Amino acid sequence: MFYREAGQYKTSYQADQALFPIRQDQIGIVLILAVTFILVPLTASDFVIDSVLTPILIFSLAAIGLNLLTGYTGLLSLGTGGFMGVGAFACYKLATIFPGINIIVMIICSGFFAAAAGLLFGLPSLRIKGFYLAVATLASQFFLSWCFIRIPWLYNYNVSASIEVPARTLFGIEITGPNATATTRYLIVLTIVAVMTWLASNLIRGRIGRTWMAVRDMDIAAELIGIKLYQTKMLAFAVSSFYCGVAGAMLVFLWLGNAESESFNINQSFLVLFMVIIGGLGSLLGSYLGAALIFGLPIVLRMVKSALGLSITSAHLEHINFITLGVLIIFFLIVEPNGLARLWQIGKQKLRVWPFPY
Amino acid sequence: MHLLYQIFIDPFVQMGHAPDLLMQTLWEGLVAGVLYSLIALGFVLIFKASGVFNFAQGIMVVFSALTLVGLYAHGVPAFFALGLTIGVMFLLALAVERFVLRPLVNQAEIILFMATFGLTYILIGFGELIFGGDPKVMITDQLLLPSGSYTIKMLGGFVQMQKIDIAAAVIASLMVASLAVFFQKTRIGRALRAVADSHRAALSVGISLEYIWVTVWFAAGIVALATGIMWGARSNVSFALEIIALKALPVLILGGFTSIPGAIVGGIIIGVGEKIGEFYWGPLFGSGIEEWFAYVIALVFLLFRPQGLFGERIIERI
Amino acid sequence: MRAPGGPDVAVGDVLLSVENVSLTFGGVKAVSDVSFDIRKGEIRAIIGPNGAGKTSMLNIINGFYHPHLGRINFKGETRSKMRPHDAAYGGIARTFQNVALFRGMTVLDNIMAGRMLKMHKNFFWQLLRFGPATTEEVENRHRVEQIIDFLKIQEIRRTPVGRLPYGLQKRVELGRALAMEPDLLLLDEPMAGMNIEEKEDMSRFVLDVNDHYGTTIALIEHDMGVVMDLSDRVVVLDHGIKIADGTPDEVSADQGVIDAYLGVAH
Repeated sequence: MFYREAGQYKTSYQADQALFPIRQDQIGIVLILAVTFILVPLTASDFVIDSVLTPILIFSLAAIGLNLLTGYTGLLSLGTGGFMGVGAFACYKLATIFPGINIIVMIICSGFFAAAAGLLFGLPSLRIKGFYLAVATLASQFFLSWCFIRIPWLYNYNVSASIEVPARTLFGIEITGPNATATTRYLIVLTIVAVMTWLASNLIRGRIGRTWMAVRDMDIAAELIGIKLYQTKMLAFAVSSFYCGVAGAMLVFLWLGNAESESFNINQSFLVLFMVIIGGLGSLLGSYLGAALIFGLPIVLRMVKSALGLSITSAHLEHINFITLGVLIIFFLIVEPNGLARLWQIGKQKLRVWPFPY
Repeated sequence: MHLLYQIFIDPFVQMGHAPDLLMQTLWEGLVAGVLYSLIALGFVLIFKASGVFNFAQGIMVVFSALTLVGLYAHGVPAFFALGLTIGVMFLLALAVERFVLRPLVNQAEIILFMATFGLTYILIGFGELIFGGDPKVMITDQLLLPSGSYTIKMLGGFVQMQKIDIAAAVIASLMVASLAVFFQKTRIGRALRAVADSHRAALSVGISLEYIWVTVWFAAGIVALATGIMWGARSNVSFALEIIALKALPVLILGGFTSIPGAIVGGIIIGVGEKIGEFYWGPLFGSGIEEWFAYVIALVFLLFRPQGLFGERIIERI
Repeated sequence: MRAPGGPDVAVGDVLLSVENVSLTFGGVKAVSDVSFDIRKGEIRAIIGPNGAGKTSMLNIINGFYHPHLGRINFKGETRSKMRPHDAAYGGIARTFQNVALFRGMTVLDNIMAGRMLKMHKNFFWQLLRFGPATTEEVENRHRVEQIIDFLKIQEIRRTPVGRLPYGLQKRVELGRALAMEPDLLLLDEPMAGMNIEEKEDMSRFVLDVNDHYGTTIALIEHDMGVVMDLSDRVVVLDHGIKIADGTPDEVSADQGVIDAYLGVAH
């Protein structure tokens, strides 16, 4: 009843293919944008912004990147952490070599470096498929992890092999470095993520998205329609790595403030993969939901612990976090392999016909 | 020019110069390779019999070793602890079959693969929760495993072989041989291969999937335990082992996912290749290339033979 | 309504011909020394008992398999093997025995996928989706909707094809092939698994495609009634060898063909 589309008909194909064709969705997205851009900075605490919202946004972007590659194009990749790292270190080098240039430009540029890495390490996908490709991407992950430690030039020969973010300003306000406020950083991240999500949705809805999905579903048939497999796969790797690279740069510059090779290791790759699996392969919304769940989980557990008054050490809590995560993954795979996004769709369907059962 | 010399000539000169060092490196590589093969063997067992790529094999190695050491630390005598650990692995196999495999029967392989990711995280969490994350010492003496080493004079110098490594190689060979025979010759082995091919078809012929799966995961658990003991004997038992276990993946690529002899050959190639690469070419790159060299070897192989050395070529019909 | 690549071929002239084509898999001879031609504007049936090499033949024309011997002549150009992309670009489209649709996508997306070769706006425009990309999208959507109307599948436009019954899937696959605006349409058992009404519908579609769009059609079919009614000429394969070639009447009277179908040892 709340979600009925009856009476909303489109009179042009353009309107039919719009991003949010249903009026309820249109209202919804305006509300969401209003809340995130205006309400949250005014009312939410620094803790919530800095420990929950900002990382969720950043990792959603990384999850979108991986989703484009694995969910839409069907190329399983375990190298996400490495590509995020390329973006982060590239941004650091760019920022220190060209200190005068706007840092946001640097963040976007570092995406291109990550894209280049993605192209290089994605080359095997032309010959290799499925699990084997996943193992090939492991090669890129471990190699890049090694590079982040063994190439001192990357971290400006810092003795601790870590990078420290220099302070940068935008319109006179500090946005990176120790003086940048949580709200400032949050708003910048939000803008970048919102714009890049919109761009991704454009790609998905159009010709390129269809080529990716065709390659995922049946690449032989795709070839016979005239789709060029190698161009499609390479584009997927490039765009996906671009997104991961920007996410990595933002992770360091707009959230952590510093980083080292460990921040972009194989565990990071697994984490983003879990977000994509739980959120839903092949869904942009799913990327957000998956990131929210994975980042929200420790917080929920902590709340449960204090609500029940149990005395568990934080180390133990972390272990319970791991266990819960594993259980959740298995649970989702059993109950809804298409993830939270599909559950959301089912929920919308129920809203559509409520109060009737079907 | 100098770089070319360093890559293509110098390492071989060094090899010839000190052949005993070469032998030592080869031996070290062989030993590491045997351990990789054991992990790969666990993968192959499960994949051969259920079509599931068990990403959790590595953590099973750690978990089983931790259980053994943990039980002993609580005062359980060594061999009794061993028996209990075997029991724990059996219970684990039962649990995995009941809660993970059965609900996911007939799903796409990729779904089952991702479920083993979840299993990995559960085991990591449990392991850390129950046993703690700090490294532990393997109870080699108590298990009557040999310690010390042999020093053999050869090739102008000497080569040192740890007795525990020799024991590892022997035990591994015995396990592999018996498993190979089991798969090829016995009725259960045939049923296992049928299940790996198609769950639905196996069910309709009357093969009990539950029985098969528990058997196979239990067997993989035993292999994991043996691997954990051997590896723990050489370097301590810790969660770092989990990442090292990922090295089994290049082994599987070389040897194929369903071939037991392939796992051995692949393991040895990777182990030796890695050690030789690290020792002779490593200094060029600044050391630590062991972290990724194995994967690059596998990658190169894949480019020429996408199905691995021993794997079967998949022909797609349209 | 012509695909690019190659000169204009007048109606009645040879559009595609295979000459002495052979294909072996391991020890099995799928196709042995087969030659026949397909004339523009006609409906050509390829028939024969199971295992005769009919699908292999289509795969060779399509570029999915490459023959070990022989040549393919298409629109005046002769080659020893066809590349899938060249076939698609040159105007060859096909459907498959085991429906090869993109299961994760809707009917609309699948047929739009068929328009792939017609859509050129580059990556940058796709990213922004204002102006040229949207115009192109709408244009092609227009064409696709025409095909959807033609095949009467309007209600299932937004259904993921994985959920459709077999008969409708085959129709969607035909739509995707039509979206390519092919000069030559290869249909691999389009009526398989259908009941009488569905077969009549599909036959009507095949005839309409041939009449209205002038598309040359080569189809593999087991239903003799369909073959006799629809096709202009027939080629018969058995065990990879061509045993007859002519009009439906000629071929059905041929003793060799009758023997092959009745299983007489030879």
